[in-house]
Amino acid sequence: MNGLLELISGFVAELRRAGLPVSLTENLDALEAVKVVPVEDREAFKYALGATLVKDAAHWQVFETIFEVYFSLRGDEYNIVQDGAQTEFWRDEQDRAGQDDQPGRGAGGGMDGLSQEELAKLLMRALMTGDQAMMRALAKQSVSRHAGMEPGRPVGGTYYLYRTLRNLDLDNMLQSLMDADGATDRQSMEERLMRDEYQSRIEQFKQEVEAEIRRRLVADRGAEAMAKTLRKPLPEDVEFMHATRDEMQGLKKALGPLTRKLAAKLARKRRNRRRGPLDFRSTVRHSLSYGGVPAEPKFRFPRPAKPDLMVVADISGSVAAFARFTLMLVYAIQGQFSKVRSFVFIDGIDEVTRFFKGNEDIQDAIQKVNTEADVIWVDGHSDYGHAFETFWERYGRDITPKTTVLLLGDARNNYHAAQSWVVREMRKKARHVYWLNPEPTSYWNTGDSIVGEYGVHTDGVFECRNLRQLEGFVEKLA
Amino acid sequence: MTTAFASVQDVRNGLRQVNYLADDGIAGVVYLAQKLGKPVLIEGPAGTGKTQLAKSVAELTGARLIRLQCYEGLDESKALYEWNYKKQLLRIQADKSSDSWNEVHDDIFSDEFLLTRPLLEAISSTEPVVLLIDEVDRVEVETEALLLEILSEYQVSIPELGTITAKQIPLVFLTSNNTRELSEALKRRCLYLHVDYPDVDREKQIVMTKVPDIGENLADQLTRIVRSIRQLDLKKSPSVSETLDWARTLLLLGLDHVDEQNVKDTLHVLLKYQTDIAKAAKELSVDE
Repeated sequence: MNGLLELISGFVAELRRAGLPVSLTENLDALEAVKVVPVEDREAFKYALGATLVKDAAHWQVFETIFEVYFSLRGDEYNIVQDGAQTEFWRDEQDRAGQDDQPGRGAGGGMDGLSQEELAKLLMRALMTGDQAMMRALAKQSVSRHAGMEPGRPVGGTYYLYRTLRNLDLDNMLQSLMDADGATDRQSMEERLMRDEYQSRIEQFKQEVEAEIRRRLVADRGAEAMAKTLRKPLPEDVEFMHATRDEMQGLKKALGPLTRKLAAKLARKRRNRRRGPLDFRSTVRHSLSYGGVPAEPKFRFPRPAKPDLMVVADISGSVAAFARFTLMLVYAIQGQFSKVRSFVFIDGIDEVTRFFKGNEDIQDAIQKVNTEADVIWVDGHSDYGHAFETFWERYGRDITPKTTVLLLGDARNNYHAAQSWVVREMRKKARHVYWLNPEPTSYWNTGDSIVGEYGVHTDGVFECRNLRQLEGFVEKLA
Repeated sequence: MTTAFASVQDVRNGLRQVNYLADDGIAGVVYLAQKLGKPVLIEGPAGTGKTQLAKSVAELTGARLIRLQCYEGLDESKALYEWNYKKQLLRIQADKSSDSWNEVHDDIFSDEFLLTRPLLEAISSTEPVVLLIDEVDRVEVETEALLLEILSEYQVSIPELGTITAKQIPLVFLTSNNTRELSEALKRRCLYLHVDYPDVDREKQIVMTKVPDIGENLADQLTRIVRSIRQLDLKKSPSVSETLDWARTLLLLGLDHVDEQNVKDTLHVLLKYQTDIAKAAKELSVDE
């Protein structure tokens, strides 16, 4: 039992390092829970740990990866409680990785002799029929054949993954699957369904390959070291500026529930702020019934002002993702503002409010912003100075004392003139002017970033590197 | 009478008997909840069978289902207990002369004048109980605190009466649609279960169980269409219950195979927003 205890402690420590909030009681619960499930049943074991340790669906993926590193590599036959067997097992796996020829489970008996083409054919057949065992065996085989893994080499798993997938050419696989199926002659809906089906199978195969690589890496380096290289940020901690495509997908998914929660929170906050300022006249009038003693103070009804929002966003390459997410977030909770107008710029500026008007689909609107907005003036390199100047000329008079202006961007101005007087003037007219910068604070004012020059004229410059920070800011704003 | 589950597989088979198709995660957590005597917090998109799980477990174990529907403004007089003021007044007035004040005082704060509300009822019941606290994310954060005592200790403290401890440990399910973050304190006390849309195979099984007259071909086809639709970026993805509605609709129309036109005509059963319907119709018919 001791071995298991230690293993779980290490596991929990790793979860915490990955950013999951695991409390002591939850840790104890997990230990209770694994006592009642049979350790041989790996699925049950996993769900026992999951149910006690992970209390947020968004964290599940991180949990799964770490779980796999710590527990799943031991194969079905492996019994976790056996002490000491662990190291032996790892050596075993290592041998296997070295020799490269353990036959895959079930189907993949003598695959080594197969040529590249035959292997591809086999894979295609497996994908067509959805043969799980075969796919697993093929994943194994492809990894040993193409990844070129060497023990002890300090390369990340993504490198091996890339090498394997490049050799398999899965993008064309989809098309050949469709052709082979004759799906192109069918009704378009049928075709679409087949495509989705194959797509998901290929996706599954990719995951199989990834898992296989991970398994071998762990066998080579041990769970602790492996967990470290696999550590991925939680969706809310992913940086906008450096998000990979998968992370972007995760971010998009996280945005939906987040905005719902944010809107509910804001609505509640507004409703619950019952008390307005003291109503002096009413208090005195009511004091008459207490003989002139103001025993019952009266308050005005609160009139929470909904800010009128103007978002001015840089959408040039480096910060485009950030601008996109901020616009999405703002429009998703636009009920919390009395009016939202949005502008995007690179070196020219264009109002894009029209794309969002009457369009319920925010994604679609954002798409239009990216493709149809007229934001190029000269060369398509960020020029904050010119963009702000134009903004002031065209829309400056629309700024009222109720307006809150949000300026989004990294203020990397390509050494153009700053024209920071525009921001100063804005602040004189507007209620607030805020600047949101997706760069880490330490990068501000280095190179061609002149955020400080603008910043002094605003009511605050905020670092918004990830969803968590962005959410925090928007909550304060509304 | 309740039967304790022997294993995860046991739970799974049991749930299948009452027409609830659980996956490993669901069955595993239900098993744990019973073994450890801990409440289960179920989260997930609307219409994925969160409430149904509690109902099915109740049916399976033969326990009484007590349900507390949460809403904004729920307070302890609706959730826990309330004194029956009218009866208390009557008691005081009934015979004024004979009793001394002390007697009356002790008397009106006794079990007889207590109105039990769902939470108190669940723990004071002698027979086995499944307690379902539905949509717990709708109550305010402050009201959540009401639940904490009962969830961790299975007891309710009433100032006038003292602490009432559970006669049996009820199986507690809390469901949440995730409209707000639940408090740490609540989450810590629960086992967490996230119920998502089922994969194609399981959904097909569900359709075939719940709509037994449907042919396997049609079930297969429509669950695959639903999966494709769920991959789109929609305001509201079709839930399992909507898939079932759709299956019934198609069955009523006497179809054993759907083509594009059928899908377009019946899409409104599956999707509830005009923009979503338009998008799905477009996606399903246009091939790039």
